[in-house]
Amino acid sequence: MKKTKINEAHYVLKGKMVEFCGWDLPVQYSGLNTEHVAVRTTGGIFDVSHMGEIWFRGREALRALQHLISNDASKLLPGRIQYAGLLTENGCFVDDLLVYMIREDEYLLVVNAANIEKDFLWMKKHSAGFDVQIENRSEEYSQIAVQGPVAEKLLQEFTDIDLQPMGYYHFAQGRVQGMDAIVSRTGYTGEDGFEIYFKSDAAAASKLFLDLAGKGEKYDALPAGLGARDTLRLEAKMALYGNDIDDSHTVLEADLGWILKLKKEEPFIGQEALARQKQEGIRRKLVGFELLDKGIARHGYPIRVDGRAFGAVTSGTFAPFLKKPIGLAYLPVEHCAVGAEFQVVIREKTVNARIVETPFYKRNK
Amino acid sequence: MAKENLLYSKDHEWVRREGDTVVIGVTDYAQHELGDVVFVDLPAAGKELKKGDPVANIESVKAVSDVYAPVSGKVIEANAKLNDSPELVNQDPFGEGWIFKMSVEQASELDELMDLKKYEEYLKGIAGE
Repeated sequence: MKKTKINEAHYVLKGKMVEFCGWDLPVQYSGLNTEHVAVRTTGGIFDVSHMGEIWFRGREALRALQHLISNDASKLLPGRIQYAGLLTENGCFVDDLLVYMIREDEYLLVVNAANIEKDFLWMKKHSAGFDVQIENRSEEYSQIAVQGPVAEKLLQEFTDIDLQPMGYYHFAQGRVQGMDAIVSRTGYTGEDGFEIYFKSDAAAASKLFLDLAGKGEKYDALPAGLGARDTLRLEAKMALYGNDIDDSHTVLEADLGWILKLKKEEPFIGQEALARQKQEGIRRKLVGFELLDKGIARHGYPIRVDGRAFGAVTSGTFAPFLKKPIGLAYLPVEHCAVGAEFQVVIREKTVNARIVETPFYKRNK
Repeated sequence: MAKENLLYSKDHEWVRREGDTVVIGVTDYAQHELGDVVFVDLPAAGKELKKGDPVANIESVKAVSDVYAPVSGKVIEANAKLNDSPELVNQDPFGEGWIFKMSVEQASELDELMDLKKYEEYLKGIAGE
């Protein structure tokens, strides 16, 4: 199993370790609910070093990027970030990712752990005609997410970057605990927070994580594991690749039309299929739901609409902060209005569900 | 709670004898593995059970897990407190967090369960895997 450079810290903090995408990572430390609520009310510190970092450099870095992604990277400025889809010809997802514009000829793409190799090969293959160097530097980088209302104060104690004026989806380069780092105001929790990218040996990476956790005590911030990361992102209706988005659902079906810029200058992979789908209309859409009866609708549980089978729950949990069972699923467009009801089959029992407004949770800004 | 006087199953349930009936719950190991319990789906009184039948579901945020009948018999009572306070399974697994009570058809089936010493060895075996 692969270990992040922070691995040792998880054992010091007595994390409950599990295998995730080939990595030895903590599912929780003190407890999933406790960690989830801490991120909503104070703060949480996550090791997300398994995420991938792929660099685009060169004269035509932007053109190559524009050809590959659904969003319009020409709108970026240095120090800004954009969420985008890496799409198949059919307009479905190879992956979802963040694009960091370092400068005119240099971009950092942050991709999902499970997809690093696949994405890298896809990007290389589909950028052959452009003057761009694409490098997978995932092994070199560690990534720590500091999330929650206290994130700014806590992280400020470790960095010379002035965090207060940093906007959402902006980043800066500076030093964190003496190490060169990229710090962005981003996250996967629905809270304010930061993600730190840095290169170091294991000792320094573990030390930073332990020091953040140690200093975090002052703010009631806790180290948090993959369990809370998943429930937090779901409450905020942030899609998870492999669950809610994949290579058989399009950007439009995933209700992510805002990352689709059909009119941008550079033609891009998936554009034709999506332009056509936009015109013809989608037949299914990703929606959020609550269960009306007792139970938890989990990933893969079958769905019934008007008595007929229609796919399965893509993500589902008991939402620890909202304290109710929630989930996501693709439903027929004629049956996806807020308030519409359908059923989830939970171990042979049919349980009623109702479509609700999403995100399920939205923080007060 | 005198854990010494309980019997244990390989599914991490404990069994307490009370005359001709048994009370069943999950062990501290089980509740820790499950994490925060949010629902317990309880059986109705009178339900006939064969040894090994699933009786109840415990839903935690992370996962769902079955509780099995450790012996054959009939459900006498389920712990209704768990409907409102499922967290008792985490907080007091050997006490207030008990799951259900059942009759015992054949007392000999109880002999197949482990005593505390054997269960602790069984846990060590799991930890060593």
